[in-house]
Amino acid sequence: MSVRLVNITKEFADPEREGGKLVAVRDFDLEIQNGEFVTLLGPSGCGKTTTLRMIAGFEIPTIGKVWIGGKDVSNDPPNKRDTSMVFQSYAIFPHMSVEQNIGFGLELRGHPRPEISREVRQIMEVMGIAELAHRRPDQLSGGQQQRVALARAIVNRPSVLLFDEPLSNLDAKLREQMRLEIRRIQQTFKITSVYVTHDQAEAMTVSDRIVVMNKGRMMQVGTPFEIYSRPANQFVADFIGRVNLLPVVVEHAEAQRFVAVDANRRRFEAVSAASGISEGKQALLMIRPESLTVERASGATETAEAAAGQGADSRMMFAEGVIDKAVYLGSTVEYEINCGLDKPVLAVSHDPVDAGFWKSGDRVALRYSPEAAHLLPNKSE
Amino acid sequence: MAHGISKAAADLRRAARDPVLLGVILLVAGSLVVFVLYPLISVGAASLDVGGGKTGFGVYRDVIRSAYLRKAFYNSLMMSTLTALVGTLIGFLFAFAVTRAKMPLSKFFNILAIIPIVSPPFIGALAIIMLFGNNGLITWNLFRIQNFPIYGFNGLFLAQVVTFFPVAYLTLKGVLESMNPVLEDAALDLGGSRWKVFTKVTLPLAFPGIASSVLLLFVETLADFGNPLILAGSKFPILSVQAYLQIVGMYDLPKGAAISVLLLVPSLIFFYAQRWLVSRRRYTTVTGKPQQSTTQIVSPGARIALFVVCLFFALVVALIYFSIVVGAFAKVWGFDHHLTLDHFKFVFGVGFKAVKDTLMIAGIATPFAGLLGMVIAFLVVRVKFPGRKFVEGVSMLSFAVPGTVIGIGYILAFNHKPLALTGTLAILLLNFVFRYIPVGIESGKALLASIDPSIEEAAVNLGADSRKTFSRITLPMILPAFFSGLVFAFVRAMTAVSAAIFLVSSRWNLMTVHIMAQVESGNLGAAAAYSLLLVLIVGAAISLIRVVLKSQYSKYGGAMLHF
Repeated sequence: MSVRLVNITKEFADPEREGGKLVAVRDFDLEIQNGEFVTLLGPSGCGKTTTLRMIAGFEIPTIGKVWIGGKDVSNDPPNKRDTSMVFQSYAIFPHMSVEQNIGFGLELRGHPRPEISREVRQIMEVMGIAELAHRRPDQLSGGQQQRVALARAIVNRPSVLLFDEPLSNLDAKLREQMRLEIRRIQQTFKITSVYVTHDQAEAMTVSDRIVVMNKGRMMQVGTPFEIYSRPANQFVADFIGRVNLLPVVVEHAEAQRFVAVDANRRRFEAVSAASGISEGKQALLMIRPESLTVERASGATETAEAAAGQGADSRMMFAEGVIDKAVYLGSTVEYEINCGLDKPVLAVSHDPVDAGFWKSGDRVALRYSPEAAHLLPNKSE
Repeated sequence: MAHGISKAAADLRRAARDPVLLGVILLVAGSLVVFVLYPLISVGAASLDVGGGKTGFGVYRDVIRSAYLRKAFYNSLMMSTLTALVGTLIGFLFAFAVTRAKMPLSKFFNILAIIPIVSPPFIGALAIIMLFGNNGLITWNLFRIQNFPIYGFNGLFLAQVVTFFPVAYLTLKGVLESMNPVLEDAALDLGGSRWKVFTKVTLPLAFPGIASSVLLLFVETLADFGNPLILAGSKFPILSVQAYLQIVGMYDLPKGAAISVLLLVPSLIFFYAQRWLVSRRRYTTVTGKPQQSTTQIVSPGARIALFVVCLFFALVVALIYFSIVVGAFAKVWGFDHHLTLDHFKFVFGVGFKAVKDTLMIAGIATPFAGLLGMVIAFLVVRVKFPGRKFVEGVSMLSFAVPGTVIGIGYILAFNHKPLALTGTLAILLLNFVFRYIPVGIESGKALLASIDPSIEEAAVNLGADSRKTFSRITLPMILPAFFSGLVFAFVRAMTAVSAAIFLVSSRWNLMTVHIMAQVESGNLGAAAAYSLLLVLIVGAAISLIRVVLKSQYSKYGGAMLHF
């Protein structure tokens, strides 16, 4: 079912703060489609969990309404809302077996026993935990507890599934496996889902759309591609992955083609820009480290190509510099390159065996394609 | 202030979404006011009643002018201070011996130090009379001394130390167990002598616990009623007994109430000082499970000295229970020690009504007290509602208020309409339920605080209302606390005297009150038989609860073993 959060603001009393209150969420407005998987992503304290808890009914919005499936549930307590939550700590009932845990919700709804045990068995098979039915929670590994918590939430076929950082207590390998699993299960049952995390890779993997939040406000709503490659502002660009930002002035702006100039009168092209970018304005040119290719610097061809705006590989010159640091990570090599700018430029080179390594002290040229370049509003303006 | 009101409004709004929960909160808060606060207020009001419908401090003036009552005040404070200090010292020695010294007979010491806790609080006094009284086994049969001065300071001091050192022992055992012995090992490793380690590491770390034990013992001794009633005698007046005598002997309610207030004030001061000390927890060296040290922190010489001291006090306790057992079967204590079952014939015959009444009252009060304790712990830890601090504070009050004061409060508060309860079963039950909830609340709070609240949220999220959540999730999870609340409530309901003595009637009587009456009429054999039966019932009940709890432990697995 669809979920609508209408203009929600949530304040908590906090005598230690100015005004005696903490505004956890401010002017939050979002419509989630039926069957959609939306992730709330942001640093700790950004209000994402509070928002999730308002959908579940554990918190009541100070202002605004919560709608689930065309019904205003703002005044319904959590047990009257058709939502199921997967908690960060799993919240498995310690005094019940796996089977009893999973069947608890159906039991509360008064389903007959044979039906409960059938449903429970079925979901345990889907989750691959059928053999754990009679185990006690303290006999389960973290990953197994995670599956039990997910099974317990799904078996009720809720209108909305809520996830509160469900993978943060798992080790890295299991986390990657489980996020695919969660996506698979959600796709299988087509349950509208809201997922809270501070891990951008997790958000990218599972989501149809991502809501990036900061200090209680929505920063951007978009698909993983939009969030990562076409961020709305510097916060989003910074929060999701690493980024090179170069202060520029916009010289030319039209749909699909933007030209900007930096302080050294070097010209850059980009195919996209955040809203609010127009000719003559200060902006930031954003290029992700993996979008820069590292090549040998050769003074002769460089100027010609830069002037022409196209190279042999149609990639444009970003900057030239000296390798400061090279970190070999196996599948990639990460470079910090001193290009005479305020900050060193980051570049990541994939398949290093094929592409070759650069050592610190090497002079290199960095190239980019305009498709990977994006213009952001400059916050300092 | 405005934000306080808006917060209260928000809390109220939240509570109003759940009418059952709101009802429970109102019921709990209301009954705490009626059955804990109102009796205390009644005592205060009665003490200001100077007759003729006027109020004033006249009664207090009379009390203070009376040299005898001034002496009682002084005696009470002096006895409480001495007992607190000496009891804590002995308790510490026992605790240190058991936890640190790898002492032989540790188990034996542990058991002997715990038995007095589950016994009626006057059993020490009874045994002391049997040993040192006019027909005392030691004074008369052994040394042929008549009129040995056991009544007054000597006897009372001995009885109270024996009665209350176990409280210090249990407190300090917990403190010493939670102190990581590795700290002491480290100090030894750094080159400290054993004595240096003890004085510079062990004692300072244990100090908050020691101070807290002193304050706790002070409060308990001050509230003690059974021992002084039997042993203080008329030349050594004690406040709690004087308050009782004013009311039961002289029918002077205002004076009894005024004495109660004088008893209540130091109790409250010392009680809250103790709570404050505990809440500060300056030295938290708790690392989870108690750890074992491999090094020897106690020198062989010190261990022998410690062993001798512990053995001596253990033998004193053993002697007390020995004389109770023998007394229960001896024909006429002090004169004819032939074995007989006469006393038990009396107990199970003429006197059996008191046994039945006691069992029934304790049997009804215990589950209610246990459940109420868990409900209050749940409300206080998990539910936000205006007045939460109030509920918490009032529910803990009965720990601080001496039983005598509560007893007087109950007869003052509930002897007229709309709550005319004097002489009924209800007044005893209500008194026991509201007096014996604090241990359950405290352990429930501690356990709940260690349980992730999202477990209960998960239940609500899955569709459980607050009643279902509490009964299906919260209560099973805090079962160990529930059981320790039950044990405490049962032990206290079985062994209570101080408040109960005001509330019993011909219709409803208690074993403890009967025992006191037998002692006063010199029928020591019957008193001993009653006491023995009482201790056995309590012991059996505790064993039963332990067995049940053990089976629950294994059922629930490791999740609960940390308790």
